[in-house]
Amino acid sequence: MALKLTVNGAAKTVDVEPEMPLLWFLRDELGLTAAKYGCGIAACGACTVHVNGKAVRSCVLPLAAVEEGAEVTTLEGLAARGAHPVQQAWVEHQAPQCGYCQPGMIMAVAALLKDNPNPTEDEVNAQITNICRCGSYQAVRAAIESLRAKATSAAPAA
Amino acid sequence: MAKLTRRAFMISGGLAGGGLLLGYAFTPNRLALRAPATAERVWLTSWVSVNADNSSTILVPQAEMGQGIFTALPMMLAEEMEADWDLVKVKPAPAEGIYVTDDIAQGFTVGEVQAPKSLQRFLDYAFYKAANMKHLQLTGGSSSVRFTGQWGMRVAGAAAKEMLIQAAATRWGVAPATCRAERSQVLHDASGRQASFAELATEAARFKPSLTPALKDPKDYALRGKPLQRLDLPDKVAGTLRYAVDLQLDNMKTAAIRHAPCFGGETLSMNSDAVRELPGVHDVLRLPNAVAVTADNYWRAQQAVSRLDAEFTEGGNGDFNSEQMFKDLAAVLDNGKAEVDLEQGDGAKALSQAAPDKIMEAEYRAPFLAHATMEPMSCAAHHHNGKLEVWAGVQDPLGTRALAARTAGLDLEDVVFHPLQMGGGFGRRAAMFCGNFIEDAVRVAMQVSYPVKLIWSREEDMQHDYYRPAMLSRFRAAMDEQGQPQAWVNRYTDLGVNEDVAAAFIPYSVEHQQIARTPFETPVPVSYWRSVEYSYQGFFIESFIDELAHRAGADPLAYRLKLLAHKPRHQALLQLAAEKIGWASPLPDGAGLGLAVVKSFGSIVAQAARVSLAQGGLRVEKVVSAVDPGALINPAIARAQIESGIIYGMTAALYGAIDIKQGRVAQSNFHDYPMVRLATAPRMETHFIESGETIGGMGEVGTPPIAPALCNAVFAAGGPRLRRLPIAAQLSGQTA
Repeated sequence: MALKLTVNGAAKTVDVEPEMPLLWFLRDELGLTAAKYGCGIAACGACTVHVNGKAVRSCVLPLAAVEEGAEVTTLEGLAARGAHPVQQAWVEHQAPQCGYCQPGMIMAVAALLKDNPNPTEDEVNAQITNICRCGSYQAVRAAIESLRAKATSAAPAA
Repeated sequence: MAKLTRRAFMISGGLAGGGLLLGYAFTPNRLALRAPATAERVWLTSWVSVNADNSSTILVPQAEMGQGIFTALPMMLAEEMEADWDLVKVKPAPAEGIYVTDDIAQGFTVGEVQAPKSLQRFLDYAFYKAANMKHLQLTGGSSSVRFTGQWGMRVAGAAAKEMLIQAAATRWGVAPATCRAERSQVLHDASGRQASFAELATEAARFKPSLTPALKDPKDYALRGKPLQRLDLPDKVAGTLRYAVDLQLDNMKTAAIRHAPCFGGETLSMNSDAVRELPGVHDVLRLPNAVAVTADNYWRAQQAVSRLDAEFTEGGNGDFNSEQMFKDLAAVLDNGKAEVDLEQGDGAKALSQAAPDKIMEAEYRAPFLAHATMEPMSCAAHHHNGKLEVWAGVQDPLGTRALAARTAGLDLEDVVFHPLQMGGGFGRRAAMFCGNFIEDAVRVAMQVSYPVKLIWSREEDMQHDYYRPAMLSRFRAAMDEQGQPQAWVNRYTDLGVNEDVAAAFIPYSVEHQQIARTPFETPVPVSYWRSVEYSYQGFFIESFIDELAHRAGADPLAYRLKLLAHKPRHQALLQLAAEKIGWASPLPDGAGLGLAVVKSFGSIVAQAARVSLAQGGLRVEKVVSAVDPGALINPAIARAQIESGIIYGMTAALYGAIDIKQGRVAQSNFHDYPMVRLATAPRMETHFIESGETIGGMGEVGTPPIAPALCNAVFAAGGPRLRRLPIAAQLSGQTA
């Protein structure tokens, strides 16, 4: 198959088996290793990347299901040198422990807040279902809360 | 003298019989074992160098798996050295003999006892040699701060400071006592002279490091006790940290593996015809207990190995089932031989004399558990020119090097191990005990000429772990007229890795006690799992004491406090946790509070949990921890470790069970081995009491109290008394 994609702003041509999941194309063909393998069944979210701005679990997304010309963003392409507000909040709240799940967690939160800068707790709980075995959830929650507070204070007065 | 545990003998075994009784005069100085100086870098002790730009590089022998040790241990060294924290660099110690963690062997063996100064050098070197013989460079037993930090890094930093001050004093012709160090400078206040550590390093390195340098008064600590930011955050939020699974080497291929499904199974036959021609496939390999495929992409390797035609034996275990095993465990508790670990008074007699209505009996059960680190097992290896290089994140780099050499049939000197950070450890990556993924990678690498990175699938990870042992434990207690326990008789099964039998000992004051164990063998491989014995003994003991309190009609807090009159640290923590959860406040219907307190790895942790059984399901709303670790190094990292221990223990308590059916693991991935997530994570509050007692561990101590605190809270909320884990299976059984 020959599929044209934009990955972190650069044009890429995909010429591999259409069944190959996006995760392994990114990791093993392009060398972008921030997105992690955790379960292979879309259960843990370590492989989360953005396709056309939406968070997807790339370990179960075959390339055949990615549309021509799609824009794929991995953590490497989210912002230069960790400058994205979610990454900064993650440092401020010292969220990572072993850090393995955090690229997926950060990408999931970045996508959520882009669409919905001030989500309710239920919305956060429903959408951020990534697994962290170090149990960083409380720090993750605090980091999301700080971003939500910033979004609220930055919003123009009604 | 501190008590010697079986684990201590295991880790430091060989100390007495290993030819270590060297004369003191011939004993080298352990801290003086160091890498040679370069123009850029002068090593002052084994663990720290001063660099040309006045930065200091600290080598951390312990492995980073998320617990923050790459920050906490350097803080301890920099504090004593007076190194400028902004100029501190941290590197993992290489997997070489001079970086063994001998302080752990010493810590576990002589415990809290400080040796006489005159013997210190001998003792240090003896443990160094003992640790070396066992390839000990272990991160486990929550030992890093309390042993390596307290006895290794702190002393190394203070010794380095003394050497730098001696160098400055010699240069200036003044008394060392008139000089001081501050932020990587040595200052002579009387004359206003000062010199940077870098200017002094070469001269300083000519002095021998002292093994008994003067250590700082805790009131003068400038770094310790501060919630300094972890040093590893930038790489971890940028996604640039490379775990073994991410390793990329020139000409490297990736391997996927499929093990014999049954424990003990071996490869019987393999036919590679169907997969050899698949895209990207390089080699199809037969291993003693598995088959593997190397390819230019992990997915291709995994596709091929899953389609590979292979047959395996059942290793004689095809009829082993864990449900039947629990029946067998009950039978050995009835009839098997017991090894008594604690006998105080006469428990059996006290029970026989008690009225039947004053006897309380209960049997508890804990399942096998997998570690399920987020990074599945992975290891890279390259065999070239008779040498073997190995890359992996492990808890014991030196032990892993020895395992790799043994597996490859090579001399130790021909194996280089490159330690990487781990995507979670929890005991699974203590490779000397459970390094099957290292063996696999080495066996694959020995059959091919290129570097190869082996990645286990999650399914392989779940089904070929070394599991937390399953347990059955029975209690009988006799109570007096007031409901106070007079006798405590406990007997439990021991499937291995149960070395610290003291984990079954109770802090409560009971006159007659008998605690005994019955060993039982199964084909299920078992190993250390976060908090080891305490992960189940904490559940058993703290559940049973709660049952006694309820039987006595007493408040579970007041009941515990009365039996802990001789344990003021336990009392203070229970009271603090209870106060912060609102123990005395009224609760809505369906809500309940539960308590537990467990001392493990030198720290005491009380937890209070609030749960709700409303709306048909169990919800863990809040967990308050009160922790006395003696002293804190970095409160932010310590808090994160306690919260981490809670989530890990709560996940196991709520959902965790590995069942064995027909000799193989029934669970395979996160759909049937579920995890706590953001939505189910409770609010957590952590309070520390720094009692000033001997410093304790942090990485595991948050785990043991959470299961009993939750089960006790469920009972208080009107739910059933939960004597089996996991909770979810018990509650669903209840409503079904």
